[in-house]
Amino acid sequence: MTLSLDPSTLLLSKTLPTLKYTSTSDRFDETWEAPLSTLLGLGRAAGADFIEFFLERVNYISCLAEDDTITSISPRLSTGAGVRVFLGKADCYVSTNDLSFSGLKAALEKGLSILGLQLPAPNAYIPEINLELLRDYATKKGKDTWLSGCSSMREMGEVLLDANTQLNKKASHVQSRRAVYFRDWQEVLVAASDGTFARDIRLTQSVGYNLLCADGANRSSIGQRVGDTSNPDFLRTWDYQSTAEDVANSAGKMLYADYVESGNYPIIMANQFGGVIFHEACGHLLETTQIERKTTPFADKKGEKIAHESLTAWDEGLSPTAFGTIDMDDEGMPAQRTLLIENGILKNFIADRTGSLRTGHPRTGSGRRQGYAYAAASRMRNTYIAPGEYSNEDLFASIDKGIYCKKMGGGSVGATGEFNFAVDEAYLIENGKITKPLKGATLIGEAKEIMNKISMCSQDLGLAAGFCGSVSGSIYVTVGQPHLKVDSITVGGR
Amino acid sequence: MTVANREIASYAKEIADKIGIKKFDIYGSAVDETSVQVDSGEPKQVKASNRSGVTVRVWNEDNTMGVTSTTDVDPKGLELALKTAYEASFFGVKENVPDFSPEATVPINADIPNEKAPQAAVSQLIATLITAEKELLSAHPAIKGVPYNGLSQRDVDRFYLNSEGAIKNEARSYASIYLYSKTEEDGKKPRSAGAFRISRGLDELDIQACLKEAADKTISHLNYQKVKSGKYTVVFSPEAFLSLLGAFSNLFNAQSILDKQSLSTPESLGTPIASPLLSVCDDALHPANVAAETFDGEGTPTRRVPLIQEGVLTGFLHSAGTAKRFNTQPTGNANMGAKVTVGSHFYHVYPGTAAEKEYSLEEAENVIFIDDLQALHAGVKALQGSFSLPFDGWLVNKGVKTSIESATVAGDFLEVLKSIVFVEPEAELTPGGVCPKIWVEGLSITGE
Repeated sequence: MTLSLDPSTLLLSKTLPTLKYTSTSDRFDETWEAPLSTLLGLGRAAGADFIEFFLERVNYISCLAEDDTITSISPRLSTGAGVRVFLGKADCYVSTNDLSFSGLKAALEKGLSILGLQLPAPNAYIPEINLELLRDYATKKGKDTWLSGCSSMREMGEVLLDANTQLNKKASHVQSRRAVYFRDWQEVLVAASDGTFARDIRLTQSVGYNLLCADGANRSSIGQRVGDTSNPDFLRTWDYQSTAEDVANSAGKMLYADYVESGNYPIIMANQFGGVIFHEACGHLLETTQIERKTTPFADKKGEKIAHESLTAWDEGLSPTAFGTIDMDDEGMPAQRTLLIENGILKNFIADRTGSLRTGHPRTGSGRRQGYAYAAASRMRNTYIAPGEYSNEDLFASIDKGIYCKKMGGGSVGATGEFNFAVDEAYLIENGKITKPLKGATLIGEAKEIMNKISMCSQDLGLAAGFCGSVSGSIYVTVGQPHLKVDSITVGGR
Repeated sequence: MTVANREIASYAKEIADKIGIKKFDIYGSAVDETSVQVDSGEPKQVKASNRSGVTVRVWNEDNTMGVTSTTDVDPKGLELALKTAYEASFFGVKENVPDFSPEATVPINADIPNEKAPQAAVSQLIATLITAEKELLSAHPAIKGVPYNGLSQRDVDRFYLNSEGAIKNEARSYASIYLYSKTEEDGKKPRSAGAFRISRGLDELDIQACLKEAADKTISHLNYQKVKSGKYTVVFSPEAFLSLLGAFSNLFNAQSILDKQSLSTPESLGTPIASPLLSVCDDALHPANVAAETFDGEGTPTRRVPLIQEGVLTGFLHSAGTAKRFNTQPTGNANMGAKVTVGSHFYHVYPGTAAEKEYSLEEAENVIFIDDLQALHAGVKALQGSFSLPFDGWLVNKGVKTSIESATVAGDFLEVLKSIVFVEPEAELTPGGVCPKIWVEGLSITGE
């Protein structure tokens, strides 16, 4: 990129209209430094305390196989940018699809005007914003070839059709079979007036089944998916044989399940996606977004016991290939490993830049967003309860009558700290043994209470891919835990 | 037609000709939006967005179809989208290949003005919301915060065009407000409730009504008790019933039915699925539908579609493709995509046959009034018909409402429809449609 101005002359705002930037159009690289640095300087000259640009390019594709036909291949191409402007602790966010210099400048100007600021007068000097050398995780880690290494449309179709065929062989009473895959390739560039200048490429893929079985009035529907964040060969190496077996097995058992009888029960939650209990009941309530809104009971509990002493929990962005793993967050901060709770004591909150500014808690590399149309907010990454010391046999032996929650559906937490989640596959526990299958269970409770009732954690930590929706959109996360026991919880049923 | 849309139509044709594509269509939209949130009398975040995107469908020489969506609507971006869609078309379905809607060129007769409201300044939005927050906080000393709030205004432009000359476009404006307050009292659990309003512009937005509803509901939840688990007669608020209806909309969705992902089958038409007291239409052009769309993603004009008439399933929602397979007309409910999907616009729920007995909350004893259902994304098994959902509501005895501390309602949706014992005559407007309170017997409530 060239800047048609004598580099030794300080930039005057009146020369902005004559600047001719020719940006690299097919990737984000160092050639973006000059225009972004100029725009950041413009914003600071206007009186803003801090400005951040987030640029994004997305190449997304999804493929759906229904029974024995590919019924949908959906490519989506997207380019966009967001500029966030701070004045004190107040901020505004403007997003646009126009990544030209004039388009980004117009977005900046709109953001400034929202905060009551104006672009500097024609003869005002624009301070130089010294951006760091481009911190390019994409190039450093060889991610530039990821997209071309992913499965082609033809491969996607072939894998999903074969996967569906295998599912049909393993399941009975099949009403419909779906295999779904998506690949979300995202290139991001962050530049901020504190000198942040960082680029990354994310490759998120997920594949899975949805199986609907019916036998007369009996129906069961089971879904299962796996996800990955760094492997172009992901779809090629998907073990759909064993996933098909697992899904068919669950659907078959649930087809004739009785509805759960509602009440208060001790429960054992399976590992992997059972981690949704911590995600909903506690994880969200440790985000600085919730502290700002005063919707968490844990806001002033740092250093205090908020959970059973057997519970230790982490949130991190570092586990190789895990669904919530990132090299940098969407504010350009490198990913971290954050200890949330240790032996029941609250250690840290999950903080993005704004959350840190407004609450005083240190940033944890947790500023995340669905895409350019959203400002970043403090969000989870890979969040899990650490392994404990018990065995699974210990957990079951401790229960006379309870429920084993083998597969969880999603859940949510409200402004008052009340959480809920659905159980997709459950079994009655009687005298320490798994007996009959149950369906239709919903678990509800309060975050403050439930964390003190997780009394036993097993050793078999497992992680599972998930999607989390909140103030900055839907993002990819991991939930996880070992098998664990909750002493008592309300189970909604019939 | 706007200048931008004419330009897109013009160079889309040029590009398609250049790369040898003879048959294509394009659906596009542009959104210009501003939204504000406040916290304790100060602006918290202001967002402004100007976004646009198109979805292009291309048919190749073998008459199979591919699609691509893109935000780059300049000639270069559109060329890439057309080429990518062309590549995808060779993997498209070979049976029941989507086609242009037979009604894509039918003119729109809806009496809905194609106009946008003037946009208020951001400062006005902020001042308005700060005032609303202040008034809500002063409604009761226990109301300590309004953690979720927002005031937004939005302009939307949409268009559809195809290579056979169909061109449709429309423009709309909306303004909306939501206020969600939270209480704190010593020795008690926090309680919360909220309200939402939408209108065609800020001037028409009934902020006072939103405030009053949020305040009244929040205050009514201050004194709460646990409810005994058991079977109850349940009264669904309009919003609660519509959210449940929406969760099980596969009942009327012709694409879901063809995919065997529905509680209905093609043979379900004409059969009773609900109490005769219930009638339901999908009415995109209902006068109360602020977000009315006069054409769908395939350019088909929208219309009022009877779905349930006096308990009998009388209609499905169709795209052009499903209508062809059912040998009927499309209904204007299509969303363009590689696989065209079908969705509702705006439900209108109203009484069917006259009720033999009327009910009222002033007289009924020991009924559960459910105001808001939660966690629909998790607690609904849409393909099995079952649900188990937390809710906000009250136990009502002869008009006296006691807030329920925390509870779930569980049941089977088809059983719910058949167990309706009363559909109140007075309907209320909600974002999802127009609906009265609905009385249902024998639902399982899990509380204490």
